[in-house]
Amino acid sequence: MKRLIFAFIAGGFFGAGLFVSGMTDTTKVQGWLDVFGAWDPTLAFVMGGAMIPMFIAWFFANKRTTSALGTPLPPKPSNKIDRKLVIGSVMFGAGWGLAGICPGPSIASLSYGGTGIYIFVAAMLTGMALAPFVRTRLDKMVPAE
Amino acid sequence: MEQDWIWGLIGGLLIGTGGAFYLLVNGRIMGASGIIGSLVDGSAGDTKWEKLVFLAGVVLLPILLYPVYREVNPHITDNLYVLVAAGLLVGVGTRIANGCTSGHGVCGISRLSVRGIVATVCYILAGGVGVVIFRHLLGVI
Repeated sequence: MKRLIFAFIAGGFFGAGLFVSGMTDTTKVQGWLDVFGAWDPTLAFVMGGAMIPMFIAWFFANKRTTSALGTPLPPKPSNKIDRKLVIGSVMFGAGWGLAGICPGPSIASLSYGGTGIYIFVAAMLTGMALAPFVRTRLDKMVPAE
Repeated sequence: MEQDWIWGLIGGLLIGTGGAFYLLVNGRIMGASGIIGSLVDGSAGDTKWEKLVFLAGVVLLPILLYPVYREVNPHITDNLYVLVAAGLLVGVGTRIANGCTSGHGVCGISRLSVRGIVATVCYILAGGVGVVIFRHLLGVI
């Protein structure tokens, strides 16, 4: 039960942050990516601001093995750079630039984004459902790594 | 307009605080694509409810803030093809890469994860090139 309450609080902070930061406004996201247009620096402030509490959180998390509620903390990050990471990120970036929406803001703007956000989210969920098949295909292309 | 960066910074601090909570209290990395995607493909398992209430918080807070906050307009395109193509690319791409702006970007870079940094460089470059091609060369966005 406590895990659910704190997950809700964390989601609330995330949603509130996405909302007030302007990251649910596609023109601000595309404005940041568009270095040849009227460049909008907001996204850099959002990313930088978000990394401050996270950096502190990792400092404490790295000294422990379990969370405050006793669940295991995430394992050390892998350093493996594979084609799934690169191809997936390039695909994600292309879609992000195209519509100006990434997964977090798509959920945060569900209540006020109108029909467009429903279509985007439906397509995103479809993509996520298809991803395991694409992942298997990419794995097969790599001979026993 | 000039204070947009201040709101960006405040919003960023809120996002990071949410991520810090989720990590230190729940022991989980706050990555939007992982949370949504694992619910879609069924890999969430017994963390299903934790993820669903997290998403409920993400949806609910903007509803509560909407009436009291300055004007917010998401400016989402009405081009159906763009929305479907972008949604599919974001959905497949984030799941294959195992993270998006929140997971690889915010949570990954802040722990100096090499994968997080490489992913972020890739999606920002692809996004930048995408905007140049689709806006300035093709004029579709």
